[in-house]
Amino acid sequence: MNQPSVPPRLDADALIDDRRTRIIVCCGSGGVGKTTAAAAIGLRAAERGRHVVVLTVDPARRLAQAMGLTYLDNTPRPVDTGLSSGGSLHAMMLDMKRTFDEIVEAHADPDRAAQILANPFYQSLSSSFAGTQEYMAMEKLGQLHRTDEWDLIVVDTPPSRSALDFLDAPQRLGRFLDGRLIRLLTAPAKPGRAYLKMLNAGFSLVTGTLTKVLGAQVLKDMQTFVTAFDTMFGGFRERAETTYRLLQTPGTAFIVVAAPEPDALREASYFVERLAGERMPLAGLVLNRVHVPAATRLSAARSIAAAETLENHEMPNGTVENGTAENGTAESASPARYALAAGVLRLHAERMQLAVRERRVAEHFTAAHPTVPVVEVAAQPEDVHDLEGLRAIGMGLASQPASG
Amino acid sequence: MMRSRDTDWEGVRLHVVTGKGGTGKTTVAAALALALSYDGRQVLLIEAEGRQGIARLFDCPPLPYAERKVGIGIGEDGRPGGDLYALAVDPEGALLDYLEMFYGLRHAGQALTRLGLVDFATTIAPGLSDVLRTGKATEATRRQAGGRDVYDAVVMDAPPTGRIGRFLNVSVEVSGLAKVGPVRAHADSVARVIRSPQTAVHFVTTLEEMPIQETLDGLAEMRGLGIQVGGIFINMVHPDGLEEAHLKAAAEGRTDEAEIALGLKAAGLADAQTLAAGLAIELAEHARNVALQERERRELAAAGQPRYELPAITDGIDLGGLYKLAEVLRDQGAA
Repeated sequence: MNQPSVPPRLDADALIDDRRTRIIVCCGSGGVGKTTAAAAIGLRAAERGRHVVVLTVDPARRLAQAMGLTYLDNTPRPVDTGLSSGGSLHAMMLDMKRTFDEIVEAHADPDRAAQILANPFYQSLSSSFAGTQEYMAMEKLGQLHRTDEWDLIVVDTPPSRSALDFLDAPQRLGRFLDGRLIRLLTAPAKPGRAYLKMLNAGFSLVTGTLTKVLGAQVLKDMQTFVTAFDTMFGGFRERAETTYRLLQTPGTAFIVVAAPEPDALREASYFVERLAGERMPLAGLVLNRVHVPAATRLSAARSIAAAETLENHEMPNGTVENGTAENGTAESASPARYALAAGVLRLHAERMQLAVRERRVAEHFTAAHPTVPVVEVAAQPEDVHDLEGLRAIGMGLASQPASG
Repeated sequence: MMRSRDTDWEGVRLHVVTGKGGTGKTTVAAALALALSYDGRQVLLIEAEGRQGIARLFDCPPLPYAERKVGIGIGEDGRPGGDLYALAVDPEGALLDYLEMFYGLRHAGQALTRLGLVDFATTIAPGLSDVLRTGKATEATRRQAGGRDVYDAVVMDAPPTGRIGRFLNVSVEVSGLAKVGPVRAHADSVARVIRSPQTAVHFVTTLEEMPIQETLDGLAEMRGLGIQVGGIFINMVHPDGLEEAHLKAAAEGRTDEAEIALGLKAAGLADAQTLAAGLAIELAEHARNVALQERERRELAAAGQPRYELPAITDGIDLGGLYKLAEVLRDQGAA
């Protein structure tokens, strides 16, 4: 195999010091430390003089507490950082239902808004539709951007299986709201259309079956919802498209977060390709939770061999260590004498194996995407509980010892 | 392996497995299903979210919407293992099934699919899609042929902890949409099985803060919903073979580096002093982790449910690893 290529280094400080950077989107599959990375970047940027708002979606309780977010209220709250840099940090948790309600209230007259908000299908859609969280995160991002109160918005994308969901879900919602069935369902509310006749046979089959399966009331609620919502569909698609275009501007930087595991890096890989396809600016990859052994000189294989030597108390010159006359005691004393050394050697072997595996998957990524800058963040023994912990991660993002 | 005692889950026929993403939920569900298919018992493993993780684990082509044999359980004491079947349930297939089974409406169902009804149902009202999927699991659990149960146990690889409450609380989710009517009646009958002693919800976690927090939250949620909580499966446990005294010393920064160096020298390793210092740092980190994990274990113990520990399988899980985990689960009484 050729010498593995070394990726360029992602310089987080250069990115946040560049005043032209207005939006940083942290994405990646679930469970890789995305929210923590977003918060750490936000804090570091604020400490370097930026006016930052971090939009998080579903932070772990203690991380939220670290940022002073004790409840979900859909409004940016100042984070008490004791800053003297001239910068500032706000943080907010997205309340997707509230965001959705606000859109309805802002774009429909009061009667119609009340009708929509009370509809069971709206309630289901706004609280549990699989793409609503992503859509509302985009919507909120657009809103925060329009206020122009902050010069840097850091977005943590919703927890999902796939990083692509963040880009796809809003369009899925748009497509859905524009779907064939929706039109079919709204059709009876607008009699006199010419195409209605053609659809009639299909339509009665649909309504017949739906009524049978769901009951007449459900169908009626569905139609009421769709009709009431009809005038708003266009607005939804338009705003989603506007935010999408905002993500293509040079002021935006995507940071893909991944753990050094095959699944997470495969997702990261898909995402990187997708961003390129969409002409969305990628800043680089944060390789989070990398395990770095303290003694890299000793390989796993040699470490295991040495441990075995000690456990069998068979000395390297090939002789079994001789316990003089009192055989029994010597045989039990000898392995015990080296138990600690053998134990740490086994531990070290495991760490080296893990490190080698992690290195291998990281190299696969870089082989496929040689130009994508990467920064590695070492695994922390504990989850982040306070600003100090976030600062440490921010430091890790900014400065990197040369890795071999 | 000799075992005549009861397992921890006698009487449970529908095993729902959940856990935070990344904890190995699918692997544990598959291992549990294998473990349950001992002694000729017929078991069905259902994948509730179309990721085809089960097909990958059993090294077979993507599962269709059909119950397909994927493996044979562990044989014990000369008795052969039972058959393990798997099914990837998607809302679309489940809807067609439902329409056919209850209304004889196969063709209408296909027309609805073409028109995008399924898309519609699953996007606008995930509760409907959930009831279709849980409905498939309860149907398989109750299915009979020739006067006896077709499956001795059904294991469902369910959505992660963050969504499990909503997923299982079907009748409430659906009742928001349908006050009366056939779908409501169906949801209620599904809910009766899920809330019965025949069903238990198992949680998969690793010894890390967030998965454990989610597990404890999930346990409380299930209890609140009146759904039986099953076991806690602690996954990816690393045994270290180190003595407690050494770990304790390391955690307190009192590792005897000279003792390590002596051992390294005895094993013929060069530059034993420097190496010992590096290894001592690794040991200290490890000891700190072990102490944290002990704290996590105590937190889990306080939940008062049976706990099982599964070893980490390094270098990726394959069929052999799956059987190994299944045996571990049998030994610990989970099946």
